[in-house]
Amino acid sequence: MNTPKNKKCVSYNKWGYIFLIPFVVTYLIFQLYPLFSTIYNSFFENYMAQGGLIQVGPNFVGLDNYKELFSNANIGKYLGNTLIMWIMGFIPQILVSLLLASWFSNMRLRIKASGFFKAVIYLPNLIMASAFSMLFFALFSDNGPINKLLMSWGMLNEPFRFFSNIWATRILVAFMNFLMWFGNTTILLMAGIMGIDTSLMEAAEVDGAKPSQVFFRITLPLLKPILVYVMITSLLGGLQMYDVPQILTNGTGSPVNSTKTLIMFLNDHLYSKNYGMGGALSVILFVITGILSLFVYRSMVKKED
Amino acid sequence: MKKKLLALVLAATMALGLAACGSDKEASKGEATDGGKVFNIYCWNNEFRTRLTDHYDAYEAVSETEGKIGDVIVKWHETPNADNQYQNALDAALLAQKDAAADDKVDLFLVEADYAVKYVDTDYTLDVKTVGITKDDIKDQYKYTQDAVTDSKGVLKGLSWQGCPCVMIYKADIAESVLGTSDPAAVQEYVKDWDTFNATAETMKAAGYKMVSGYDDTFRIFSNNATSPWVKDGKLNIDASIKDWIDQTKLFTQNEYNNKTTLWGDGWSTGFTAEGDVFCYFGPAWFVDYTARQKDADGNATNDGLFKATEGPQSFFWGGTWMCAANGTDNAKEIKDMMLAMTTDAEVMKGIVEKDADFANNKKAMEEMAASGYTSDFLGGQNPLPMYIAGAEKISLENITAYDQGCNEKIQSCMKDYFDGNCTYEEALANFKNEVKTMYPELTVE
Repeated sequence: MNTPKNKKCVSYNKWGYIFLIPFVVTYLIFQLYPLFSTIYNSFFENYMAQGGLIQVGPNFVGLDNYKELFSNANIGKYLGNTLIMWIMGFIPQILVSLLLASWFSNMRLRIKASGFFKAVIYLPNLIMASAFSMLFFALFSDNGPINKLLMSWGMLNEPFRFFSNIWATRILVAFMNFLMWFGNTTILLMAGIMGIDTSLMEAAEVDGAKPSQVFFRITLPLLKPILVYVMITSLLGGLQMYDVPQILTNGTGSPVNSTKTLIMFLNDHLYSKNYGMGGALSVILFVITGILSLFVYRSMVKKED
Repeated sequence: MKKKLLALVLAATMALGLAACGSDKEASKGEATDGGKVFNIYCWNNEFRTRLTDHYDAYEAVSETEGKIGDVIVKWHETPNADNQYQNALDAALLAQKDAAADDKVDLFLVEADYAVKYVDTDYTLDVKTVGITKDDIKDQYKYTQDAVTDSKGVLKGLSWQGCPCVMIYKADIAESVLGTSDPAAVQEYVKDWDTFNATAETMKAAGYKMVSGYDDTFRIFSNNATSPWVKDGKLNIDASIKDWIDQTKLFTQNEYNNKTTLWGDGWSTGFTAEGDVFCYFGPAWFVDYTARQKDADGNATNDGLFKATEGPQSFFWGGTWMCAANGTDNAKEIKDMMLAMTTDAEVMKGIVEKDADFANNKKAMEEMAASGYTSDFLGGQNPLPMYIAGAEKISLENITAYDQGCNEKIQSCMKDYFDGNCTYEEALANFKNEVKTMYPELTVE
């Protein structure tokens, strides 16, 4: 009698683990192992000299790679660039997404063809970032269509050189990131809003609350978990910003490195296959990401208490 | 038991023999054998392939990526230059060369002057003697084309079919209206040295024209005429000539002598058209006939006769492609034959000039052609060969290093910020040094 019962129990547990295997194996090979090997590599001098054919190292150098990175004032600048361009894109992104999400999920407004619009706002995300950047590069180039248009309308006398102007280039990068991601954020927030019990809103309306009051007093507080999620994922994506500025500035981060992000700096080290410096920079990025995520999480969750 | 022992002993001897063989191969410096069935060529564009198709009789094109020389299949491994892709692909192939299967080994690869040293100064490239080319075979070539691919021990490791001495091309109608003449010898007087060149730039501006298109147009002239290399004893070194380029370009930008364009960039090439407002460009034969000459959709030239050529302020060279035999090739015979035909055969080289308007690497053939009244359609019937010949003799490559490509690219991109007025000279210079240090961690930068 005892044996079959035991067997049943064990076999159910077993399946749980079996289904977990693909994830765990992938995680170990593609995430955990690279994480540790990156940290390990960051303590070595290991690169190809003369641009690619002469191997130097690996020699253990302790913290020298970190010292060199920190003695180079530019790393702070690149972190600043990354954060500035992320914030410039994220603020309009979250505002527009909130507005759109509340419109789309508002039963009273009865927006026509909302399915169509939901698809359209998501579309920019489906275009490859590199193709999108090439498009913008062509549009805003010195002799490009935007300049031609502005000149033919008489708004400019001579072409405005977008990519030679620090803030114009940064704004373009931020604008492209905004365009690419606001659809995604809208969908997430919409899901969050629709998860809110409608009886709460109805009750508020019965009590005479204005739509803005309903939004700020009911929707927004209840949306907080989703907002935290959106903030943190966007922050992680923002810190890893690479494709748009890389293609838009042809990898230079011009003008004056003002659009060079941390990952573009990392990519620069790959010219010489510099695993040591690349590793050290990645570890620093890992720490920064961790701290900032923790900070965002704390600041948003604490208010609830 | 005895049999087993015997087998073991035999096996051991065989293994030892193989091992001995292996170490023997490693010890020898250059290895080239014959009889390979597949001839792998690494390149970054179709230029060499079209040259072979047009001028090398033994080569028979099959497709865009394959051809044939007799029974040997020629495989083209074409990787674009952009973002260092070509060198990355070539480096990966060369680093794997020792363990690659015979048919996958790199046999021949192409390099450019800016990074030739990177390959030439390693054992990955073969001495041309190893494939059977003698000093006598190549005596008619221009000396600089051999200096570019001679390693630090004086061993010649590559050959080129082209020479790239540069000329200044100028728009004849602008010269006529501003300077009152479009005759090359007379125009030369207005650009004979840098002071006169700068003065002419002011004249051009007063007449509503631009002297040059953008920031990088005169860069090669200054960098080629530098008196010290980019890297000296492992230290980054910025020659006074480079500083001259920076000062001149800043002046040209402030005084609006240029259109603020960057080389190959947007708007840079608008000066080649009939409406263009740019007085002059600088470049070698390939530049004149491939870049400057504009063609419509049907392949007909649209700006023939607009430009004329003169020597300009200083002689210099730009670009050029060299063929290098890879260590470990199994197609030595084909390489030898191809190198001889393309870089020493006077008839082939004359054919290249006739058909492609390139400047070929053969003194005798070029002098004959120059004397025989060759004319360029693009230059409106002018014969540019005497200028190229004179320029080719003057080129000196004593300051070439493995770091030239990175330094040339980075100084141009970093100084653009200074020219644009986005930062000071000191900031641009500091950025340049940082970029170089990142690209080449082995260098000392101060």
